[in-house]
Amino acid sequence: MHEGSNGFQKRDMEENRTEQIMRQFQHVNRDSLIPILQAMQDEFGYISDEVVEKIGEHLKLPASKVYGLASFYSQFTFTPRGKYHIRVCDGSACHIDRSASIVKELTKQLGIGDGETTRDGMFSLEVVACIGACGQSPVIAVNSDYYPKMKSGKIRELLEEIREKHR
Amino acid sequence: MMIKIEVNNRTFSVNRGDTILAALRNNGIQVPTLCSMSDLSPTGACRMCVVEVEGFESLVPACSFRVEEWMKIKTHSARVLQARKTNVELLLSSHPDDCLYCERNGNCELQKLAEDLHVRNRNIQGHKSSFKIDTSSPAIIRDPGKCILCGRCVRVCEEIAGVSTIDFERRGDRLMIATAMAEPLHFSSCIECGMCVVSCPTGALTDHAQFQELADSLDQVETTVTAQYTPEVPVSLAEEFGFKPGTDLKGIINNALRRIGFDYVFETACCGDMYIVEQASEFISRFMKKENLPLISSRCTAWVNYVETFQPALISHLTPVRSPHQLTGKLINTWFAQMKKIPANRIHNVLITNCIASKGEVNRREYAMNNSPDIDFVLTTRELARLIKLNGIDIQSLEAEPSDGPFHAVSSAGKLLAIAGGETEATLRTVYHEIAKKEMQESRQAKLRGNKSVREEMISTPKGDISVVAVSGLKNAIKLLEEVKDGKRTYDFIEVMVCPDGCVNGGGQSIPAREQSIKARVKTINELDKNEAIKAAHKNTAVAKIYQEFARGPRTDESKELFLTRFEARKVLR
Repeated sequence: MHEGSNGFQKRDMEENRTEQIMRQFQHVNRDSLIPILQAMQDEFGYISDEVVEKIGEHLKLPASKVYGLASFYSQFTFTPRGKYHIRVCDGSACHIDRSASIVKELTKQLGIGDGETTRDGMFSLEVVACIGACGQSPVIAVNSDYYPKMKSGKIRELLEEIREKHR
Repeated sequence: MMIKIEVNNRTFSVNRGDTILAALRNNGIQVPTLCSMSDLSPTGACRMCVVEVEGFESLVPACSFRVEEWMKIKTHSARVLQARKTNVELLLSSHPDDCLYCERNGNCELQKLAEDLHVRNRNIQGHKSSFKIDTSSPAIIRDPGKCILCGRCVRVCEEIAGVSTIDFERRGDRLMIATAMAEPLHFSSCIECGMCVVSCPTGALTDHAQFQELADSLDQVETTVTAQYTPEVPVSLAEEFGFKPGTDLKGIINNALRRIGFDYVFETACCGDMYIVEQASEFISRFMKKENLPLISSRCTAWVNYVETFQPALISHLTPVRSPHQLTGKLINTWFAQMKKIPANRIHNVLITNCIASKGEVNRREYAMNNSPDIDFVLTTRELARLIKLNGIDIQSLEAEPSDGPFHAVSSAGKLLAIAGGETEATLRTVYHEIAKKEMQESRQAKLRGNKSVREEMISTPKGDISVVAVSGLKNAIKLLEEVKDGKRTYDFIEVMVCPDGCVNGGGQSIPAREQSIKARVKTINELDKNEAIKAAHKNTAVAKIYQEFARGPRTDESKELFLTRFEARKVLR
């Protein structure tokens, strides 16, 4: 019972937050769609069904149109991100330095692919275009920490370190 | 104003302001199209209609360019033909090679273009799509692998249905047409009208067929299999068998269905009359009390889906009566079963209709009794055509036969339900009779006929004027209801048909759906009404018999239990 009511509270809070964010945008039309989506992505870390519906109601757009536009851009994700969001750089330099093998290793270790989140909500994985550290390629980032000169052999160790720290 | 242009070294006069495509077609010059749809906005997506215009460096899409005085156009030059051929080759490069097994084999626009443009080799190898087939909807199967992204479905869903359930999603080689959050169709805001299926040039959108299940029931000796067909079916089947569009094949269908193995063949139009009698009495009771008006018809299944999904506040305005085919199904499993002494679970009822949404409707909880559904299978008109062909029936040589009792008596009111405005007209006839205790002087309501999407009428009765409106094309209905909500218009009765022109233009009709064919079907129904002696639902002797023997008249406890239904709000992403 207690847990349930907390859940409801959290939902209500999120709903209020969604409305607050949307009110910050003056133009209630299609022009505001991308800025609103960006603000939602920043706030919640992903675009949920509820957010798509709320934006649609606010801008008088069908949900399919909101999702259609959002799904065009890779900056928007539709599953909640993990506590530790791993971005693997696949810019030209990192690509040449075999970023693909790092993605492969992460997928093997975590059991998730690009754009997915582990069941326990700990890790999520995203392959991104250049993150601007080409001299240190290949690079990965975990939340805001950057790991230069990454090797697929070091992935297991890194993940264990994070898990240890979290405990 | 007319201007002169030169096409293929000949001079033509064309309307200023027309697109090149329209100008060419008006002058009998055909260029192929894929994404173009008459009355809908051009998108220029498929580039099949490209033509060469002197002075332009690149080829020009004829569908989205207006003609100009000075234009010199080549429609079939070597360069144009090569471009069109390459376009088709590119579409085919990622298209599955399973034409032989495709439902649209022989009736596919992509296949026809490949044939017309002499595509004989696979010159371009694309990678095959790995999209999953979406079979979640009981009405429509979606195979994105066969989709060529012409966007016709997206436009009918937005511009005619007005619900915008689907849109282009993702991008590049992952671009696809899908619902919000890429949910399976059944869990989306889809109202199953099927206009997208009729508009699809390939096999990407098809009927959710149940041929095998139907064949199994027809094969079981101990099962009685009945067929009922709605009034638009006999006038919508002609094109499939080389008859003139609009030919009424009623008697021939009865014969064909019996040859296929159906034990009884009924006309839904009989219970169409019953629906009208029930609706008329519901209307009169509300009209007298001035309560819950306007009454809004609920016979269009896709419309009910729309109200439940998008505007649940309107549920209390819907006529709470089962649709004619659900009345028939219910009466077969009860009245008819008792009469023939067959247990209801040994009867399988098949509905044949132009409405693809019925495939979903029959699964509704309220349309089953003791786990035995009131209607077991639904065949669309185009599926019926396939079934007739499968059984090797030469329909041209068949004699007309009457349909079976006890549902054989049909007034032309029940048949009018096939066309937009027909339900309103039929209901008015009975309402007037109940209120004035005499028949209307002129049964035909000219204002409710014709081809306008919104048709209004006002009739005077001893108890006051009744104002009615019939609207077809869901987007038009949505707009009209907004105006009703804002108080700009007031009505006592509103008929909504999701498909423009009503059921004759339904999502289950033959593909392609040609405008002239639909007009011909409307004309036939109008003529049936003109020539029929019994024009009013309350004069149907079979309906009178049902009330007398089984239900004791409209609005009695028995008839409420048997004939009424309910609607509930549906929560999906919309």
